[in-house]
Amino acid sequence: MIEVKKLVKSFGPTGVLRGLDLSAPSGEALVLLGPNGAGKTTLLRILATLTRPDSGTVTMHGIDATKSGELVRQNIGVVMHSAMLYGDLTVGENLNFFARMFGVPEPKNHINDLLQRVEMDHRAESRVRLLSHGQQKRVALARALLHSPRTLLLDEPESGLDQRARAILEGIIGEFRSPGRSVIMTTHHLELGLKVADSIVALDRGRVALHEPASAVDIAQLQAQFAEPLGAL
Amino acid sequence: MAESQSEPGGVEKPGGESDGKARQVPAQTLGLSTRHVPGKKSGGTTGNFKASLGVIWAIARKDLLLEVRNRDVIVSIAGFVLLVFAIFTFAVDINNKDNALLVGPGVLWAGIAFAGVIGLNRAFALEMERDTLEGLMLTPVSRDLIFLGKALGNLMFLSISIAIALPVFAVLFNLVVFRFEMLVIASLLVIGFSSVGTVFAAMSVRVRAREIMLPMLFLPIVAPLLLAAIEATADLVHGDSWSEMSQWLQLAAAFDVVFVIVSAVIFQFILED
Repeated sequence: MIEVKKLVKSFGPTGVLRGLDLSAPSGEALVLLGPNGAGKTTLLRILATLTRPDSGTVTMHGIDATKSGELVRQNIGVVMHSAMLYGDLTVGENLNFFARMFGVPEPKNHINDLLQRVEMDHRAESRVRLLSHGQQKRVALARALLHSPRTLLLDEPESGLDQRARAILEGIIGEFRSPGRSVIMTTHHLELGLKVADSIVALDRGRVALHEPASAVDIAQLQAQFAEPLGAL
Repeated sequence: MAESQSEPGGVEKPGGESDGKARQVPAQTLGLSTRHVPGKKSGGTTGNFKASLGVIWAIARKDLLLEVRNRDVIVSIAGFVLLVFAIFTFAVDINNKDNALLVGPGVLWAGIAFAGVIGLNRAFALEMERDTLEGLMLTPVSRDLIFLGKALGNLMFLSISIAIALPVFAVLFNLVVFRFEMLVIASLLVIGFSSVGTVFAAMSVRVRAREIMLPMLFLPIVAPLLLAAIEATADLVHGDSWSEMSQWLQLAAAFDVVFVIVSAVIFQFILED
């Protein structure tokens, strides 16, 4: 269970999250929608312990994320906008380095399996800077899964992915979503969001504007309700 | 809504939220991670210590490998310090031994300090270009180990640059610097310089005018260390004994002890939004 209560975050005079409440049960994929500036990425960064909230609480699988950051990070896999990989290291070297940081014992076979899963095993010896953005995203996805996390946090993971890579992403989300594990994903791709989500949350100006099971969401109604914001989705 | 009471390493049993009670199953049953993560503050065993050293070395080794491949930092430091030496040889008649003895130690460490600032700027700029510092911060490694790893990397770059610059300095200024005492002086300087420099480079990396901000913030802080290195080197080139330079070495050592600890503590607060 991931639980967020009364979360507030401002950057200077700009309030980004304004008392946001949210809960995501284990075993589910929750998809965050909303226009630019709604607070999706900020929320994900707080869940990832990269950003400290001004106030409010974040509990991930019973762990207070604001107090036990290291413990939370042990249990989350994160893909942000940027792939966050070293350009002058090879794909294999990057994953080996991060495996070491996550304390993964004997990571070689696991890395090979993950690279096969994201269909990047043929580029294991290539330097990351020589890969396309979409390929780097696939490697970032493999990095996020290295330590068998309990929660996947994905910030617009579909950006830059071709159709095949998007199918891989959907497959991984589907496989990952299982008892004890959960996925929280932001996206501007409404179709993809509805396809992988168990529940949909729409953020608007730092608050939850809608929280429904994906099966209950009517795309047309959603688009009508958030006509302007969803223009960007 | 029932709040989970899961403990670290445990996993909520499927449906555990529904009855409001925190039920635990061993993480292994779901194939989830319960492994020890280096850098966790709980622990304190020899194994933890070794694992922490392993993490520090892995971060520094990664920086060294990147440097071997793109040669950004060491070339910047060594190139700049050699230019400083060359310019001073034009400005001062160093063929006069008294002049060389008078200005040589200051030129050596001032040159290395200025060049070191350029190297520190570059080292963190490389981490920011691809957001890799955030990638590192997303690992469960404690911030103080990240600091020590980055500081060790900077220490290695600075040491290599000094090793390149020192023979050139010795030839240009015709001073005897290859003595054991110089190894002690240089070691004390690079330890303090790298630790404080790593913190200030991390602080200024998100600032727009970081090329200016870093030296303006950093150099006044390391002034006592530079003074100690310059004075100890002056004693060395004059052929003074250990006892005469010991007060400066003690100052440098005290600076290192205090600032390595302070830097490690500060580092964990400066990376967050």
